[in-house]
Amino acid sequence: MMKMKKILALLLLAALCAALSGCHGSKESIAFAVPMEFDTSRSYEVTFWAKNDTNKTQTAIYSQAIAAFESLYPNIHVNMRLYTDYSRIYNDVITNIATGTTPNVCITYPDHIATYLMGDNVMAPLDELMVHPRYGLAGSEVRFDSPARDEVVPQFLEECRIGEHYYALPFMRSTEALYINKTFVEALGYTLPDVLTWDFVWEVSDAAMAKDANGNFRLNGQKTMIPFIYKSTDNMMIQMLRQLDAPYSTAEGEVRIFNDTTRSLLFTIRDHVQTGAFSTFKISSYPGNFLNAGQCVFAADSTAGATWMGPQAPNMDISADQVVDFELAVRPIPQFDPGHPVMISQGPSVCVFNKADPQEVLASWLFAQYLISNDVQIAYSETEGYVSVTRKAQQDSGYQDYLARSGEDNDAHYSVKIDAARLLMAHTGDTFVTPVFNGSASLRDAAGQLIEEVTKSIRRKIAVDSSYIDSLYDQINSLYRLDQIGGQAGGPAEAERELSPLPGTAVTLLAALAAAWALIGLYAIRNTLRARRRGK
Amino acid sequence: MKKSNILSVVLAVVAIAAIIFGLVTNGKKADLQKQVDELTANVATLTGSLDAAKQEAADAVKNAEEEIAKIKEEAEKAIEEAKSALQPGEAAAAVMSHADYVAADLDTEVTVETFVQAKQSWWDNKATIYAQSEDGAYFIYNMAISEEDYAKLVPGTKIRVTGYKSEWSGEVEITDASFEILEGEAFIAEPFDVTDLLAKDELIDHQNELVSVKGVTVEAYDDTGAAFAYKNAENKTDDLYFKVSKDGQTYEFCVEFYLCGQDTDVYKAVEALNVGDVINLEGFLYWYNGANLQATALTKAE
Repeated sequence: MMKMKKILALLLLAALCAALSGCHGSKESIAFAVPMEFDTSRSYEVTFWAKNDTNKTQTAIYSQAIAAFESLYPNIHVNMRLYTDYSRIYNDVITNIATGTTPNVCITYPDHIATYLMGDNVMAPLDELMVHPRYGLAGSEVRFDSPARDEVVPQFLEECRIGEHYYALPFMRSTEALYINKTFVEALGYTLPDVLTWDFVWEVSDAAMAKDANGNFRLNGQKTMIPFIYKSTDNMMIQMLRQLDAPYSTAEGEVRIFNDTTRSLLFTIRDHVQTGAFSTFKISSYPGNFLNAGQCVFAADSTAGATWMGPQAPNMDISADQVVDFELAVRPIPQFDPGHPVMISQGPSVCVFNKADPQEVLASWLFAQYLISNDVQIAYSETEGYVSVTRKAQQDSGYQDYLARSGEDNDAHYSVKIDAARLLMAHTGDTFVTPVFNGSASLRDAAGQLIEEVTKSIRRKIAVDSSYIDSLYDQINSLYRLDQIGGQAGGPAEAERELSPLPGTAVTLLAALAAAWALIGLYAIRNTLRARRRGK
Repeated sequence: MKKSNILSVVLAVVAIAAIIFGLVTNGKKADLQKQVDELTANVATLTGSLDAAKQEAADAVKNAEEEIAKIKEEAEKAIEEAKSALQPGEAAAAVMSHADYVAADLDTEVTVETFVQAKQSWWDNKATIYAQSEDGAYFIYNMAISEEDYAKLVPGTKIRVTGYKSEWSGEVEITDASFEILEGEAFIAEPFDVTDLLAKDELIDHQNELVSVKGVTVEAYDDTGAAFAYKNAENKTDDLYFKVSKDGQTYEFCVEFYLCGQDTDVYKAVEALNVGDVINLEGFLYWYNGANLQATALTKAE
């Protein structure tokens, strides 16, 4: 009898499972899961999209890194595709997401990753990979000397976290710097401080606009002088707002840039465009070209552009007969509070794309990890004013020796390049990044365009007043579709989803189960009470 | 309570739940089937109505087209009458000659009528246009244009362009431009030989024109001794740079990838260059801190 009951119970259970098996939700793409073991019996093709600064040495470093990695992992073949423009990588990745033909590994920015994440399981989250005991950072089966997690500079690693997960490893880091014609500053009667204020820069720039009777600028005796030129006006606006603790955006993507502080900053910039003291790269050309020709006092540009700055720069975009000799100084970008400098952290990161084959993703991760090993980090950081993203590389004796030999030559040990790198290492704790969300790249572009439009308008004799700014805000908001930006950081995969009401069948089933359990409870209580009465 | 009784109760609960679930699901299924049947009948009715509506719409479109054609004809007639009523030259008052354009201050609004000679690749609703008319040439940087209109700008197309005169690294260009395609006989410029002007100040007067340079010698581009350099050597999907000399002066020219990509004859010709080759070039006289010809054709000099 008992045996029959058990058989009946199993049959009923099976029937119930079958009945409920149709209640599954919609089909979802497969998230990456780290395989138990890396299958070394198979061969893998890893497509790597990278960006270089039109620098042959950087291209060579990538090629050497690939060759070295492939000698360690003969079953992994890396195919590199080089770009000279991040926006092209970004656009090509977006296009390829739709067709499922993304690369395996890609040099990228977190802003871009936020958009990639809008697709389901497009990116491979790196959390588990980083800490994997065998294949993670400094893992037991990694065939090269890979940095441990705590050897990656924490600020740089945090920049690669989007929402709750890490989706990239930092690759190189830079910041912005002021490259200054110190000779000119002193000729104008000023002393260059360690940290310049915005007021100082504006004041000196205006002073540099004085002309002689022949219409030449007194400072350089030439017809051309643009005292202050900013390369990346998006960074300019973002940093000014951050220094003033003024709104830019929330972490969730709420756009806050159209505020009174922005308005006030734009009016200040307007005033100095009016005097001719300020211009931008997009309007006038590379700040370094003007600096080297003795036509600029303050050139604001990336520390990764240091090899183009100065009369002895190893890279030069103007003819030798145009170069003017002067003493160059490197300083942090202008500050509102020089006692508490604040500057942006920028530079490429490396991400891994999810694929149907988790072994392929693991192979890609191993290559991505190799890019932050010392050999690659030190070699690449020495090509420009970059800083390695690992303490392991920064503290390496060979790298320390490189820093110590600053000024020995105007090539590998170019002093301006090393000064720029030292600037970032000294101020790593003063750096920040902006929130990353789908549309954060557009917001960044919009921030820069505010300055570009004001500068162009003044040059075109268009009045920039409050109503102009109101109109500009509307125009930029529309042009960059900022009113459509938003959503949670990390994309919909990380967002709290609003749940729709339960379907009727589910409600009925749950109600029936609850009623049945209530009956069971009543039955049990009844039996217990009966037993007690019999016991009395 | 005995274990067998508990088991019986649990089994009963499970059975009740499964039965209720089955009943409700089947009930829903019946309701849905009924809805499907009703909708099918509605679709049949609507299909008939749609066919009738289609016929009505086709008739309406035909009538509207005839009406539009009539209105257009009347409007064109009115425009012609208005134009002929204007004093000669008045209609073109806003349009500048090339000389006026050259004389205009930087950062002023300019309007020119010119002819498309070539164009760079379209991207993100923008394209850069090389334009020239009888009296001079223009470089129209990142002009706003749809992909559809971009396809219409074939060499020789007449356009009116309004924008701002700007200068970037010595290159004078029209920026923030809008355009209009005009009717008119096509104009394709013949290359102007600037070989003798290479080292002269007057060379800049021919900025952005289609020019030729003859009998120049290929020099080593850099310390490697190569005859040229890729901007992107790995994938060959970017500009080519090369240097040529004439009468002791060296000039840096290029192949602009968005104008002439890797499948063009000129791109392949530059890739085949050797130091010491004597060549003839044609291209647009772009300026980047000095003359920076963007080559469109290359032949070996005889």
